[in-house]
Amino acid sequence: MGNPVVSHAAQVLAHVPGLARHGSKPSRELPRNAEVLAQFLGSLRSFDEAVAYLPHQAYIGALHPRDLPARPWVGAGPAAGRFTSGGEIMPEEEFLGLLACLDQFGLVTLDYEVAELAAAGLARHPLAKRLNLDRLAAASGDAEAVAAEHGSLPLHVARDRLAAGFRHAHDSDDALAAGVLLENLACKATGTLALLHLIDDHGIDPDSIDYVISCSEEAVGDRYQRGGGNMGKTIAEAAGLGQASGADVKNFCAAPVPALVIAGALVASGVFRNVAVVGGGSLPKLGMKFQGHLKHGLPVLEDVVGGSAALVTTDDGASPVMRLDGVGRHRVQAGSSNPLIMEALGVQPLEELGLSMLDVDDYATELHNPEITEPQGSGNVPERNYKTLAALAARRGDIGREAIPQFMAERGMPGFAPTQGHLASALCYLPHAVRRLTSGDATRVHMIAKGSLFLGRMTQASDGMSVLLERNQGS
Amino acid sequence: MSPVFDGKFVIALGERDGVAGPAIAACAKAAGSDVVFTATECFV
Repeated sequence: MGNPVVSHAAQVLAHVPGLARHGSKPSRELPRNAEVLAQFLGSLRSFDEAVAYLPHQAYIGALHPRDLPARPWVGAGPAAGRFTSGGEIMPEEEFLGLLACLDQFGLVTLDYEVAELAAAGLARHPLAKRLNLDRLAAASGDAEAVAAEHGSLPLHVARDRLAAGFRHAHDSDDALAAGVLLENLACKATGTLALLHLIDDHGIDPDSIDYVISCSEEAVGDRYQRGGGNMGKTIAEAAGLGQASGADVKNFCAAPVPALVIAGALVASGVFRNVAVVGGGSLPKLGMKFQGHLKHGLPVLEDVVGGSAALVTTDDGASPVMRLDGVGRHRVQAGSSNPLIMEALGVQPLEELGLSMLDVDDYATELHNPEITEPQGSGNVPERNYKTLAALAARRGDIGREAIPQFMAERGMPGFAPTQGHLASALCYLPHAVRRLTSGDATRVHMIAKGSLFLGRMTQASDGMSVLLERNQGS
Repeated sequence: MSPVFDGKFVIALGERDGVAGPAIAACAKAAGSDVVFTATECFV
Protein backbone atom coordinates (compact mmCIF):
# COMPACT_ATOMS: atom_id res chain seq x y z
CA MET A 1 0.00 0.00 0.00
CA GLY A 2 1.14 3.58 -0.62
CA ASN A 3 1.68 6.37 1.80
CA PRO A 4 -1.37 7.95 3.41
CA VAL A 5 -1.93 11.65 2.85
CA VAL A 6 -3.73 14.40 4.73
CA SER A 7 -5.88 15.88 1.98
CA HIS A 8 -7.97 18.49 3.82
CA ALA A 9 -8.44 20.04 7.25
CA ALA A 10 -11.12 22.24 8.76
CA GLN A 11 -11.25 24.26 11.93
CA VAL A 12 -14.09 25.98 13.76
CA LEU A 13 -14.73 28.05 16.85
CA ALA A 14 -18.03 28.60 18.61
CA HIS A 15 -18.10 31.91 20.46
CA VAL A 16 -20.06 31.10 23.61
CA PRO A 17 -19.58 33.82 26.23
CA GLY A 18 -22.91 32.88 27.80
CA LEU A 19 -21.61 29.35 28.42
CA ALA A 20 -18.29 30.55 29.84
CA ARG A 21 -19.73 30.51 33.37
CA HIS A 22 -20.05 26.71 33.00
CA GLY A 23 -16.33 26.27 32.52
CA SER A 24 -14.80 24.39 35.43
CA LYS A 25 -13.05 27.38 36.99
CA PRO A 26 -15.87 29.94 36.66
CA SER A 27 -18.46 27.41 37.85
CA ARG A 28 -16.51 27.07 41.09
CA GLU A 29 -15.46 30.70 41.59
CA LEU A 30 -18.38 32.82 40.38
CA PRO A 31 -21.11 31.56 42.73
CA ARG A 32 -18.90 32.51 45.69
CA ASN A 33 -18.56 36.20 44.91
CA ALA A 34 -21.21 38.43 43.34
CA GLU A 35 -18.65 41.15 42.66
CA VAL A 36 -16.43 38.79 40.69
CA LEU A 37 -19.48 37.49 38.82
CA ALA A 38 -20.41 41.03 37.80
CA GLN A 39 -16.84 41.73 36.71
CA PHE A 40 -16.75 38.45 34.77
CA LEU A 41 -20.01 39.16 32.95
CA GLY A 42 -18.89 42.71 32.20
CA SER A 43 -15.66 41.42 30.65
CA LEU A 44 -17.17 39.02 28.13
CA ARG A 45 -16.53 39.79 24.48
CA SER A 46 -19.06 40.59 21.79
CA PHE A 47 -19.22 38.32 18.74
CA ASP A 48 -17.66 40.98 16.53
CA GLU A 49 -14.76 41.33 18.98
CA ALA A 50 -14.25 37.57 19.02
CA VAL A 51 -14.31 37.37 15.21
CA ALA A 52 -11.86 40.26 14.86
CA TYR A 53 -9.44 38.73 17.39
CA LEU A 54 -6.48 37.87 15.17
CA PRO A 55 -5.51 34.57 16.84
CA HIS A 56 -9.05 33.37 16.09
CA GLN A 57 -8.59 34.35 12.46
CA ALA A 58 -5.34 32.38 12.45
CA TYR A 59 -7.17 29.43 14.00
CA ILE A 60 -9.76 29.30 11.21
CA GLY A 61 -7.00 29.66 8.63
CA ALA A 62 -7.47 33.25 7.48
CA LEU A 63 -3.84 34.13 8.21
CA HIS A 64 -0.68 32.21 9.03
CA PRO A 65 0.40 32.51 12.67
CA ARG A 66 3.77 33.93 11.64
CA ASP A 67 1.87 36.78 10.00
CA LEU A 68 0.31 37.81 13.30
CA PRO A 69 1.45 41.31 14.34
CA ALA A 70 3.32 41.92 17.58
CA ARG A 71 1.16 41.68 20.68
CA PRO A 72 -1.14 42.89 22.17
CA TRP A 73 -3.75 41.23 19.95
CA VAL A 74 -6.73 42.31 22.05
CA GLY A 75 -8.31 45.19 20.18
CA ALA A 76 -5.77 44.99 17.35
CA GLY A 77 -7.81 43.21 14.71
CA PRO A 78 -9.84 45.01 12.04
CA ALA A 79 -13.40 43.83 11.36
CA ALA A 80 -13.17 40.36 9.88
CA GLY A 81 -15.34 37.68 8.35
CA ARG A 82 -16.62 34.69 10.29
CA PHE A 83 -16.11 32.17 7.45
CA THR A 84 -13.04 30.83 5.68
CA SER A 85 -12.78 28.02 3.17
CA GLY A 86 -12.62 25.29 5.76
CA GLY A 87 -13.82 26.95 8.93
CA GLU A 88 -15.86 29.50 10.75
CA ILE A 89 -16.57 31.27 14.02
CA MET A 90 -20.16 30.58 15.07
CA PRO A 91 -22.16 33.00 17.27
CA GLU A 92 -23.72 31.73 20.48
CA GLU A 93 -27.39 31.79 19.43
CA GLU A 94 -26.59 29.60 16.43
CA PHE A 95 -24.50 27.33 18.58
CA LEU A 96 -27.34 26.82 21.05
CA GLY A 97 -29.48 26.00 18.03
CA LEU A 98 -26.86 23.52 16.86
CA LEU A 99 -26.88 21.90 20.31
CA ALA A 100 -30.66 21.52 20.02
CA CYS A 101 -30.39 20.12 16.48
CA LEU A 102 -27.94 17.45 17.65
CA ASP A 103 -29.74 16.60 20.91
CA GLN A 104 -31.58 13.27 20.63
CA PHE A 105 -32.72 13.09 24.27
CA GLY A 106 -34.67 16.27 25.01
CA LEU A 107 -31.82 17.74 27.05
CA VAL A 108 -32.03 21.25 25.55
CA THR A 109 -35.10 23.48 25.84
CA LEU A 110 -34.60 26.77 24.00
CA ASP A 111 -36.41 29.94 24.93
CA TYR A 112 -38.96 30.67 22.16
CA GLU A 113 -37.26 33.86 21.02
CA VAL A 114 -33.78 32.29 21.07
CA ALA A 115 -35.12 29.32 19.11
CA GLU A 116 -36.43 31.72 16.46
CA LEU A 117 -33.13 33.60 16.33
CA ALA A 118 -31.20 30.34 16.05
CA ALA A 119 -33.54 29.00 13.38
CA ALA A 120 -33.16 32.17 11.32
CA GLY A 121 -29.37 32.13 11.67
CA LEU A 122 -28.96 28.44 10.90
CA ALA A 123 -31.39 28.61 7.96
CA ARG A 124 -28.99 31.11 6.33
CA HIS A 125 -25.95 29.03 7.24
CA PRO A 126 -23.98 27.43 4.40
CA LEU A 127 -24.36 24.05 6.14
CA ALA A 128 -28.13 24.42 6.69
CA LYS A 129 -28.93 21.61 4.25
CA ARG A 130 -26.93 19.21 6.40
CA LEU A 131 -28.74 20.09 9.65
CA ASN A 132 -32.12 18.91 10.87
CA LEU A 133 -33.58 22.32 11.62
CA ASP A 134 -37.00 20.83 12.35
CA ARG A 135 -35.64 19.89 15.74
CA LEU A 136 -35.38 23.55 16.72
CA ALA A 137 -39.13 24.01 16.87
CA ALA A 138 -39.46 20.81 18.88
CA ALA A 139 -36.78 22.02 21.29
CA SER A 140 -38.38 25.39 22.02
CA GLY A 141 -40.39 25.84 25.18
CA ASP A 142 -40.46 27.36 28.64
CA ALA A 143 -36.72 27.55 29.17
CA GLU A 144 -37.09 29.28 32.54
CA ALA A 145 -39.24 26.47 33.91
CA VAL A 146 -36.87 23.80 32.60
CA ALA A 147 -33.86 25.63 33.99
CA ALA A 148 -35.53 25.68 37.41
CA GLU A 149 -36.10 21.91 37.46
CA HIS A 150 -34.04 19.79 39.84
CA GLY A 151 -30.72 18.91 38.18
CA SER A 152 -31.08 21.38 35.29
CA LEU A 153 -28.67 24.11 34.22
CA PRO A 154 -29.61 27.56 32.91
CA LEU A 155 -27.82 28.53 29.68
CA HIS A 156 -27.36 32.17 28.74
CA VAL A 157 -26.67 34.45 25.79
CA ALA A 158 -25.81 38.13 25.63
CA ARG A 159 -23.83 37.79 28.86
CA ASP A 160 -26.72 37.19 31.24
CA ARG A 161 -29.95 36.57 29.38
CA LEU A 162 -31.55 33.19 30.01
CA ALA A 163 -31.66 31.35 26.70
CA ALA A 164 -32.20 27.70 27.49
CA GLY A 165 -32.70 25.08 30.15
CA PHE A 166 -30.51 22.00 30.02
CA ARG A 167 -31.82 18.88 31.75
CA HIS A 168 -29.94 16.07 33.37
CA ALA A 169 -30.65 12.55 32.18
CA HIS A 170 -30.78 10.65 35.47
CA ASP A 171 -31.61 11.47 39.08
CA SER A 172 -28.69 9.67 40.65
CA ASP A 173 -26.05 9.12 37.97
CA ASP A 174 -23.30 11.74 38.16
CA ALA A 175 -22.07 10.70 34.72
CA LEU A 176 -25.40 11.87 33.27
CA ALA A 177 -25.60 15.14 35.21
CA ALA A 178 -26.55 18.23 33.22
CA GLY A 179 -23.04 19.71 33.43
CA VAL A 180 -21.43 16.53 32.08
CA LEU A 181 -23.97 16.17 29.29
CA LEU A 182 -23.53 19.84 28.34
CA GLU A 183 -19.77 19.24 28.02
CA ASN A 184 -20.37 16.18 25.89
CA LEU A 185 -23.01 17.76 23.66
CA ALA A 186 -20.80 20.83 23.14
CA CYS A 187 -17.97 18.48 22.14
CA LYS A 188 -20.28 16.62 19.74
CA ALA A 189 -21.54 19.89 18.24
CA THR A 190 -18.12 21.46 17.64
CA GLY A 191 -16.70 18.21 16.26
CA THR A 192 -19.72 17.83 13.99
CA LEU A 193 -19.45 21.43 12.80
CA ALA A 194 -15.79 20.92 11.91
CA LEU A 195 -16.52 17.64 10.10
CA LEU A 196 -19.39 19.24 8.17
CA HIS A 197 -17.07 22.05 7.04
CA LEU A 198 -14.48 19.46 6.04
CA ILE A 199 -16.85 17.61 3.72
CA ASP A 200 -18.95 20.54 2.53
CA ASP A 201 -16.23 23.12 1.94
CA HIS A 202 -14.04 20.63 0.08
CA GLY A 203 -16.68 18.74 -1.87
CA ILE A 204 -16.09 15.41 -0.14
CA ASP A 205 -18.81 12.77 -0.51
CA PRO A 206 -20.01 11.94 3.03
CA ASP A 207 -20.55 8.33 2.00
CA SER A 208 -16.90 8.03 0.96
CA ILE A 209 -15.68 8.21 4.56
CA ASP A 210 -15.22 4.78 6.11
CA TYR A 211 -14.22 5.62 9.65
CA VAL A 212 -14.13 8.57 12.07
CA ILE A 213 -11.61 8.72 14.89
CA SER A 214 -12.32 11.23 17.63
CA CYS A 215 -9.40 12.60 19.62
CA SER A 216 -11.62 14.74 21.88
CA GLU A 217 -11.17 15.08 25.63
CA GLU A 218 -14.71 14.47 26.85
CA ALA A 219 -15.90 11.42 28.82
CA VAL A 220 -19.13 10.00 27.40
CA GLY A 221 -20.83 7.22 29.31
CA ASP A 222 -23.01 6.38 32.27
CA ARG A 223 -21.93 5.46 35.79
CA TYR A 224 -21.01 1.92 34.79
CA GLN A 225 -18.70 2.98 31.95
CA ARG A 226 -17.79 6.58 32.51
CA GLY A 227 -15.64 7.68 29.58
CA GLY A 228 -16.68 4.69 27.48
CA GLY A 229 -17.22 6.78 24.33
CA ASN A 230 -17.85 6.64 21.35
CA MET A 231 -17.68 10.25 20.14
CA GLY A 232 -16.20 9.22 16.77
CA LYS A 233 -19.28 7.34 15.63
CA THR A 234 -21.56 9.87 17.35
CA ILE A 235 -20.08 12.66 15.21
CA ALA A 236 -20.10 10.47 12.09
CA GLU A 237 -23.86 9.95 12.52
CA ALA A 238 -24.48 13.63 13.29
CA ALA A 239 -22.62 14.68 10.14
CA GLY A 240 -24.58 12.27 7.96
CA LEU A 241 -21.71 9.90 7.20
CA GLY A 242 -23.96 6.93 6.58
CA GLN A 243 -21.23 4.47 5.58
CA ALA A 244 -18.82 5.30 8.40
CA SER A 245 -18.24 3.81 11.78
CA GLY A 246 -15.85 5.20 14.33
CA ALA A 247 -14.05 5.05 17.66
CA ASP A 248 -12.08 7.27 20.02
CA VAL A 249 -8.39 7.70 20.73
CA LYS A 250 -7.71 8.98 24.23
CA ASN A 251 -4.40 10.46 25.27
CA PHE A 252 -5.10 13.81 26.93
CA CYS A 253 -3.74 16.68 24.82
CA ALA A 254 -1.52 14.31 22.84
CA ALA A 255 -4.46 12.38 21.34
CA PRO A 256 -4.60 14.15 17.95
CA VAL A 257 -1.22 12.85 16.79
CA PRO A 258 -1.82 9.17 17.66
CA ALA A 259 -5.28 9.58 16.10
CA LEU A 260 -3.68 10.84 12.88
CA VAL A 261 -1.06 8.08 12.92
CA ILE A 262 -3.68 5.37 13.51
CA ALA A 263 -5.78 6.86 10.71
CA GLY A 264 -2.72 6.80 8.46
CA ALA A 265 -1.95 3.21 9.41
CA LEU A 266 -5.53 2.13 8.66
CA VAL A 267 -5.29 3.74 5.22
CA ALA A 268 -1.78 2.48 4.48
CA SER A 269 -2.73 -1.08 5.44
CA GLY A 270 -5.78 -1.01 3.21
CA VAL A 271 -8.23 -1.56 6.06
CA PHE A 272 -10.01 1.68 5.15
CA ARG A 273 -9.64 4.12 2.28
CA ASN A 274 -10.83 7.36 3.90
CA VAL A 275 -10.55 8.08 7.63
CA ALA A 276 -11.60 11.36 9.25
CA VAL A 277 -9.95 12.51 12.47
CA VAL A 278 -12.11 14.87 14.52
CA GLY A 279 -11.65 16.79 17.75
CA GLY A 280 -14.56 18.44 19.51
CA GLY A 281 -14.10 21.26 21.96
CA SER A 282 -13.57 21.30 25.73
CA LEU A 283 -16.26 23.28 27.50
CA PRO A 284 -14.67 22.81 30.98
CA LYS A 285 -11.71 24.93 29.82
CA LEU A 286 -13.87 28.01 29.22
CA GLY A 287 -12.77 30.80 31.52
CA MET A 288 -9.98 28.64 32.95
CA LYS A 289 -7.68 31.66 33.38
CA PHE A 290 -10.31 34.35 33.79
CA GLN A 291 -8.87 35.59 37.08
CA GLY A 292 -5.62 36.56 35.36
CA HIS A 293 -7.50 38.25 32.55
CA LEU A 294 -9.64 40.32 34.92
CA LYS A 295 -6.59 41.20 37.00
CA HIS A 296 -4.87 42.62 33.92
CA GLY A 297 -7.92 44.42 32.55
CA LEU A 298 -8.35 41.98 29.70
CA PRO A 299 -11.61 40.51 28.46
CA VAL A 300 -12.37 36.90 29.35
CA LEU A 301 -10.37 35.41 26.49
CA GLU A 302 -11.42 31.79 26.95
CA ASP A 303 -14.92 32.24 25.54
CA VAL A 304 -14.67 29.89 22.56
CA VAL A 305 -14.90 26.14 22.15
CA GLY A 306 -13.02 24.76 19.18
CA GLY A 307 -13.42 21.96 16.73
CA SER A 308 -11.12 20.34 14.22
CA ALA A 309 -11.41 17.76 11.45
CA ALA A 310 -9.03 16.31 8.89
CA LEU A 311 -9.24 13.69 6.17
CA VAL A 312 -6.57 11.00 5.90
CA THR A 313 -6.77 9.17 2.61
CA THR A 314 -4.83 7.25 -0.03
CA ASP A 315 -2.04 8.93 -1.95
CA ASP A 316 -3.53 11.36 -4.47
CA GLY A 317 -0.17 12.52 -5.76
CA ALA A 318 -0.65 16.04 -4.41
CA SER A 319 -1.61 16.15 -0.73
CA PRO A 320 0.97 16.11 2.08
CA VAL A 321 2.28 12.64 2.80
CA MET A 322 2.17 11.28 6.33
CA ARG A 323 5.54 9.61 6.91
CA LEU A 324 4.64 6.53 8.93
CA ASP A 325 8.38 5.84 9.10
CA GLY A 326 8.75 9.26 10.75
CA VAL A 327 6.68 8.70 13.88
CA GLY A 328 8.22 9.60 17.23
CA ARG A 329 6.95 8.17 20.47
CA HIS A 330 7.72 8.88 24.09
CA ARG A 331 8.88 5.56 25.46
CA VAL A 332 8.17 4.52 29.06
CA GLN A 333 11.87 4.52 29.89
CA ALA A 334 12.61 7.85 28.19
CA GLY A 335 12.13 10.01 31.30
CA SER A 336 9.74 12.86 31.77
CA SER A 337 11.81 16.02 31.54
CA ASN A 338 10.81 18.39 28.78
CA PRO A 339 14.15 18.19 26.90
CA LEU A 340 14.06 14.37 26.94
CA ILE A 341 10.49 14.35 25.66
CA MET A 342 11.33 16.84 22.92
CA GLU A 343 14.39 14.81 21.93
CA ALA A 344 12.29 11.66 21.67
CA LEU A 345 9.57 13.38 19.66
CA GLY A 346 11.33 16.13 17.76
CA VAL A 347 14.83 14.82 17.06
CA GLN A 348 15.02 11.01 17.06
CA PRO A 349 12.49 10.45 14.25
CA LEU A 350 14.44 12.85 12.04
CA GLU A 351 17.73 11.15 12.85
CA GLU A 352 16.25 7.77 11.95
CA LEU A 353 15.32 9.19 8.54
CA GLY A 354 18.76 10.77 8.06
CA LEU A 355 17.34 14.29 8.31
CA SER A 356 18.66 17.27 10.22
CA MET A 357 16.46 19.61 12.22
CA LEU A 358 16.90 22.16 9.44
CA ASP A 359 15.14 19.82 7.02
CA VAL A 360 11.87 20.69 8.79
CA ASP A 361 10.31 24.01 7.79
CA ASP A 362 7.63 24.26 10.47
CA TYR A 363 7.48 22.69 13.92
CA ALA A 364 3.89 22.48 15.13
CA THR A 365 3.96 21.89 18.86
CA GLU A 366 1.59 23.08 21.58
CA LEU A 367 0.39 26.35 20.18
CA HIS A 368 -1.52 27.86 23.08
CA ASN A 369 -2.07 31.58 22.73
CA PRO A 370 0.32 33.29 25.20
CA GLU A 371 -2.00 36.27 25.52
CA ILE A 372 -4.34 33.85 27.30
CA THR A 373 -1.79 31.96 29.40
CA GLU A 374 0.69 34.64 30.51
CA PRO A 375 -1.70 36.83 32.55
CA GLN A 376 -2.39 33.85 34.82
CA GLY A 377 1.30 33.02 35.21
CA SER A 378 1.34 30.00 32.93
CA GLY A 379 4.02 31.39 30.66
CA ASN A 380 4.47 31.14 26.92
CA VAL A 381 4.12 27.43 26.13
CA PRO A 382 5.08 27.43 22.45
CA GLU A 383 8.06 29.70 23.08
CA ARG A 384 9.35 27.26 25.72
CA ASN A 385 8.95 24.38 23.30
CA TYR A 386 10.75 26.23 20.51
CA LYS A 387 13.60 27.19 22.83
CA THR A 388 14.02 23.52 23.70
CA LEU A 389 13.90 22.44 20.05
CA ALA A 390 16.36 25.15 19.05
CA ALA A 391 18.71 24.16 21.88
CA LEU A 392 18.55 20.55 20.70
CA ALA A 393 19.36 21.71 17.16
CA ALA A 394 22.36 23.63 18.53
CA ARG A 395 23.52 20.61 20.55
CA ARG A 396 23.32 18.45 17.42
CA GLY A 397 25.39 21.02 15.55
CA ASP A 398 22.61 21.78 13.06
CA ILE A 399 22.87 25.44 14.05
CA GLY A 400 25.23 27.60 16.07
CA ARG A 401 24.12 28.92 19.44
CA GLU A 402 23.81 32.39 17.96
CA ALA A 403 21.21 31.09 15.48
CA ILE A 404 18.79 29.93 18.19
CA PRO A 405 16.52 33.04 17.90
CA GLN A 406 16.50 32.71 14.11
CA PHE A 407 15.57 29.01 14.34
CA MET A 408 12.72 29.86 16.71
CA ALA A 409 11.41 32.69 14.52
CA GLU A 410 11.65 30.89 11.19
CA ARG A 411 10.63 27.36 12.14
CA GLY A 412 8.47 28.13 15.13
CA MET A 413 5.50 30.44 15.40
CA PRO A 414 3.49 32.39 17.96
CA GLY A 415 0.82 30.45 19.81
CA PHE A 416 -2.58 31.24 18.37
CA ALA A 417 -4.90 28.54 19.67
CA PRO A 418 -7.40 28.92 22.48
CA THR A 419 -6.54 26.85 25.55
CA GLN A 420 -8.54 23.90 24.29
CA GLY A 421 -5.90 21.29 25.20
CA HIS A 422 -5.80 18.72 22.42
CA LEU A 423 -6.87 21.21 19.75
CA ALA A 424 -3.94 23.48 20.61
CA SER A 425 -1.53 20.53 20.41
CA ALA A 426 -0.26 20.56 16.82
CA LEU A 427 -3.72 19.72 15.43
CA CYS A 428 -4.61 23.41 15.12
CA TYR A 429 -1.77 23.82 12.62
CA LEU A 430 -3.05 21.18 10.22
CA PRO A 431 -4.94 23.53 7.84
CA HIS A 432 -1.82 25.68 7.62
CA ALA A 433 0.38 22.60 7.17
CA VAL A 434 -1.74 21.32 4.29
CA ARG A 435 -1.59 24.75 2.63
CA ARG A 436 2.15 25.21 3.21
CA LEU A 437 2.93 21.72 1.87
CA THR A 438 0.82 22.11 -1.27
CA SER A 439 0.50 25.68 -2.52
CA GLY A 440 3.15 27.07 -0.14
CA ASP A 441 6.90 26.64 -0.08
CA ALA A 442 7.37 24.21 2.79
CA THR A 443 8.77 20.71 2.37
CA ARG A 444 8.26 19.24 5.83
CA VAL A 445 6.11 19.97 8.87
CA HIS A 446 6.71 18.19 12.15
CA MET A 447 3.58 17.67 14.27
CA ILE A 448 4.47 17.22 17.95
CA ALA A 449 1.99 16.70 20.80
CA LYS A 450 2.37 15.97 24.50
CA GLY A 451 -0.16 14.68 26.99
CA SER A 452 -0.37 15.08 30.78
CA LEU A 453 -1.27 11.54 31.79
CA PHE A 454 -0.40 12.28 35.41
CA LEU A 455 -3.50 14.46 35.79
CA GLY A 456 -5.66 11.33 36.03
CA ARG A 457 -3.67 10.05 39.04
CA MET A 458 -3.05 6.64 37.51
CA THR A 459 0.59 7.24 36.61
CA GLN A 460 3.28 9.86 37.13
CA ALA A 461 4.18 9.52 33.45
CA SER A 462 3.46 11.88 30.58
CA ASP A 463 3.24 10.91 26.94
CA GLY A 464 3.72 12.32 23.50
CA MET A 465 3.85 11.47 19.84
CA SER A 466 5.06 13.14 16.68
CA VAL A 467 4.57 12.60 12.99
CA LEU A 468 6.27 14.10 9.97
CA LEU A 469 4.25 15.50 7.09
CA GLU A 470 6.04 15.94 3.78
CA ARG A 471 5.36 17.59 0.43
CA ASN A 472 4.07 15.00 -2.02
CA GLN A 473 6.73 14.15 -4.57
CA GLY A 474 3.99 13.57 -7.09
CA SER A 475 3.20 17.28 -6.99
CA MET B 1 24.59 15.81 48.52
CA SER B 2 24.08 18.47 51.12
CA PRO B 3 21.84 17.22 53.93
CA VAL B 4 19.87 20.48 53.92
CA PHE B 5 16.59 18.61 53.80
CA ASP B 6 17.44 16.11 56.57
CA GLY B 7 14.35 15.48 58.65
CA LYS B 8 12.16 17.63 56.45
CA PHE B 9 8.92 16.55 54.84
CA VAL B 10 8.56 17.53 51.20
CA ILE B 11 5.59 17.90 48.90
CA ALA B 12 6.94 17.73 45.34
CA LEU B 13 4.77 19.57 42.81
CA GLY B 14 6.06 19.57 39.24
CA GLU B 15 4.92 21.34 36.11
CA ARG B 16 4.38 19.60 32.78
CA ASP B 17 6.57 21.90 30.67
CA GLY B 18 9.19 22.38 33.34
CA VAL B 19 10.44 19.92 35.94
CA ALA B 20 8.24 16.90 36.57
CA GLY B 21 7.15 15.99 40.10
CA PRO B 22 9.12 12.71 40.25
CA ALA B 23 12.33 14.56 39.29
CA ILE B 24 11.82 17.04 42.14
CA ALA B 25 11.05 14.15 44.49
CA ALA B 26 14.22 12.32 43.50
CA CYS B 27 16.33 15.41 44.25
CA ALA B 28 14.55 16.11 47.53
CA LYS B 29 14.95 12.50 48.63
CA ALA B 30 18.65 12.53 47.74
CA ALA B 31 18.98 15.66 49.89
CA GLY B 32 17.70 13.75 52.88
CA SER B 33 14.01 14.62 52.95
CA ASP B 34 10.95 12.44 53.36
CA VAL B 35 8.83 13.00 50.25
CA VAL B 36 5.22 12.62 51.33
CA PHE B 37 3.44 13.52 48.10
CA THR B 38 4.46 13.82 44.47
CA ALA B 39 2.40 15.12 41.60
CA THR B 40 2.80 16.98 38.32
CA GLU B 41 0.23 19.53 37.23
CA CYS B 42 -0.69 21.05 33.92
CA PHE B 43 -1.50 24.75 33.77
CA VAL B 44 -2.69 24.98 30.19
